[in-house]
Amino acid sequence: MLNRTIAPPIKDARDFDLQLPLYKKHVLSNGVEVYAIDLGTEDALMITWIFDAGNSYEGQNGLAAAVSALLKNGTSTRTAFNINEHFEYYGAFLSRASHHETADITLHCLNKHVSQLLPVVAELISDSIFPEEELAIYKKNGQQRLQVNLKKSDFVAGRLIEAYLYGKEHPYGKYSHLEDFQHLQRQDLLDFFQKNYSHGACRIIVAGKLPATLLEELERDFGSLPLHAPIPQNPSTLPPIIPAQQKKYDITNDPDGVQGSIRIARNFPNRHHPDFQKVQVLNNVFGGFFGSRLMTNIREDKGYTYGIYSYLLNNRQESALLITTEAGKEVCRATIEEVYKEMQLLREEPIDEEELAMARNFTIGTILGDLDGPFQVASRWKNLILNDLDERYFYEGIRIVKTITAEELQELANRYLDPAAFFELVVI
Amino acid sequence: MIKFDRFQLSNGLRVLVHEDHSTPMAVVNVLYDIGARDEDPKKTGFAHLFEHLMFGGSVNIEDFETPLQLAGGENNAYTTNDFTNYYIQLPAENIETAFYLESDRMLSLAFSEKSLEVQRKVVCEEFKEHYINKPYGDVWFKMRELAYKQHPYRWMTIGSKLSHIEDAQLADVRQFFFKYYRPVNAILVVAGKVKTEQVRQLAEKWFGDIPSGEKYVRSLPQEPRQHEMRRLDVTADVPLDALYKSYPMASRKEPGYYVADLITEVLGGGGSSRLHQALIKEKKLFSQIECYHTGSVDPGLLVIEGKLVKGVSLEEADKAVEAELQRMQSEKISEKELTKVKNKTESAIVFEDMSVMNRANSLAIYELLGDADMMNTELGKYQAVTVEDILTTSRQLFDPNNSNTLYYHSGQPKGGASHVK
Repeated sequence: MLNRTIAPPIKDARDFDLQLPLYKKHVLSNGVEVYAIDLGTEDALMITWIFDAGNSYEGQNGLAAAVSALLKNGTSTRTAFNINEHFEYYGAFLSRASHHETADITLHCLNKHVSQLLPVVAELISDSIFPEEELAIYKKNGQQRLQVNLKKSDFVAGRLIEAYLYGKEHPYGKYSHLEDFQHLQRQDLLDFFQKNYSHGACRIIVAGKLPATLLEELERDFGSLPLHAPIPQNPSTLPPIIPAQQKKYDITNDPDGVQGSIRIARNFPNRHHPDFQKVQVLNNVFGGFFGSRLMTNIREDKGYTYGIYSYLLNNRQESALLITTEAGKEVCRATIEEVYKEMQLLREEPIDEEELAMARNFTIGTILGDLDGPFQVASRWKNLILNDLDERYFYEGIRIVKTITAEELQELANRYLDPAAFFELVVI
Repeated sequence: MIKFDRFQLSNGLRVLVHEDHSTPMAVVNVLYDIGARDEDPKKTGFAHLFEHLMFGGSVNIEDFETPLQLAGGENNAYTTNDFTNYYIQLPAENIETAFYLESDRMLSLAFSEKSLEVQRKVVCEEFKEHYINKPYGDVWFKMRELAYKQHPYRWMTIGSKLSHIEDAQLADVRQFFFKYYRPVNAILVVAGKVKTEQVRQLAEKWFGDIPSGEKYVRSLPQEPRQHEMRRLDVTADVPLDALYKSYPMASRKEPGYYVADLITEVLGGGGSSRLHQALIKEKKLFSQIECYHTGSVDPGLLVIEGKLVKGVSLEEADKAVEAELQRMQSEKISEKELTKVKNKTESAIVFEDMSVMNRANSLAIYELLGDADMMNTELGKYQAVTVEDILTTSRQLFDPNNSNTLYYHSGQPKGGASHVK
């Protein structure tokens, strides 16, 4: 007779041997580095062009985002429609995104079509013209999108908390206003594009079951463009971080709102700090996954929210530890109190063995799953490369997850989970 | 080509195994043939609330999460109008933990009063977060009621109102479980670094002795063919006017489904699609416009929705959409346009099938539709669609007497907020 009360034996996380598949690095004639991850079983690939063209490089609010959004909207020989039609005809997905430091263009396509697509990506990178008419549409529609977003408490809360953490002038803290769209001028977009894209710093990551001729094609289409490898930034030129003086905020965005968007956050060092990967383990126990303390208490015991999470922001210069949830209007205060109680418990009592094992094993299992497939491996590498790290950082992280003790975690909780260090924001 | 083995346990549980030895992971996916369409109209939202309760402890296992996380696994679930699906991904060495957990909650739940009480609140917060506390959040409650008069697709999976969730009783939970959550109504898919023989043994060991249950035979009121043009006006405190149009389309198993799917791509798939090009770029009437379909097992809806540029009237915007639909009904699309949407579909299938989790999930859904092997014949069905098919289907779909139009006006609603309460 099967005994259903006894769980089957498991292989412990500490016994899994995690390997991060390595990339092969190639350098194009112009110095641009190509990181190639040749993995996978499907004839499909992903290519990402990463430029130093995020909002840290703009002199005017919203410029980096506008250039990124309009990269597909016209070259001297192709209209926006022609460009879209070309990629879509070959079943390819071309996306672009702009972040704080970097901005990227990402192509997903079947291997059999890649030769038709690379020359057009090269054209976008070297010859985008930002037609006046496209810019006018972008400005109008961008304002409309922002107007809708400003009605959402979670959107408003997300902007404000970063402004408190880093200051409104810092690239991490500044956010867009309706009038910023009005100030966008075609010439400014062109100048930004020239400096940061067509003559900019670029890296390329390719992943998938790579066709044998891919590197030759990249050399042919990108190797002679006036791009260059990124130049390491002098830390003394980084923009100053000026956190807000006031710690607590209650904001009414919608008088009819039935929920509050709660954000509780503190500044936290970047990935190079020795505590970073250790605090990731602490964070997992605190609010990093479904079995975390915050979720177990505030959702699964109290029912105050549909979900509550905490995480470390993925910023190059400086991170932050952020707790985020949407809770019923009438239980917002109670939710915040419970978050602080959970911080207190982590400071005062060591985590027991089973819970620590659960956090270790869950983390290792997640990494194992995350390393499954070329695109996932590429995304992990992207994160390492952009933070000037390598595989040693990955293996050090694994070592920490496997060996960190309850005492160390309690000490970290005392160092970092002090409510006095946190900003607290409720937007209804 | 997705290969799989299939067998059935004596209690009626269907088991599919998809081996992929290139991954260190395994996925265990359990699909129950029960969705929001099977609910009592007076107790809507129950299938979804029930999904939450499946994590509140089972008859022999108090806590679902701890053993799974100790085994390095993660999991989730979702409810649709058609079915409810649960999935676990974990290192393949620890796969038995997933069998232990999934089989116990198929055997019986703990039926805890506390879990029901908490999950009622959690689901009410989910309802608020997604449907009340968002601009335009109530639109689908209204559109479903406009488009469906008989079929239970007329309500959302979250439920038609908060009070239905607040009123759920433990007796309802128990009855629901023993009626629907039986092996005979379930499909188990195991995928990843596994062997069929190993899965067969584990399935027999953990699921073999669960009482079969009675096969649920669905007999839902079918939606009669629509023969009228329907219109609804809504006013709410939103920043922009918005237009929503829906058109009843073929069910998932009919050939017309594939044609309608490609039509949504022609109209709304990407920057070179017709609605995007004509209405955002050329006429500048919309700031955003989309075309998609609900993809449901019973006849679904093809939907066009967009936000208007400030200053444009809803009538004018509607007329411009109609003009594009008129073009679909009067002229064949070009062969190039058809090739484009087929190529996009091919890529979308390849990219979706790259993850073992998606493959397991798709196998379960196709098996529910009648045969998991449909996963391998889908692309061929899209490839077979002709420009004539697109024209014929467009004429049926976009017949004005097959249309439901909702004007969502920006303004101050009469008699307070238009929130669903």
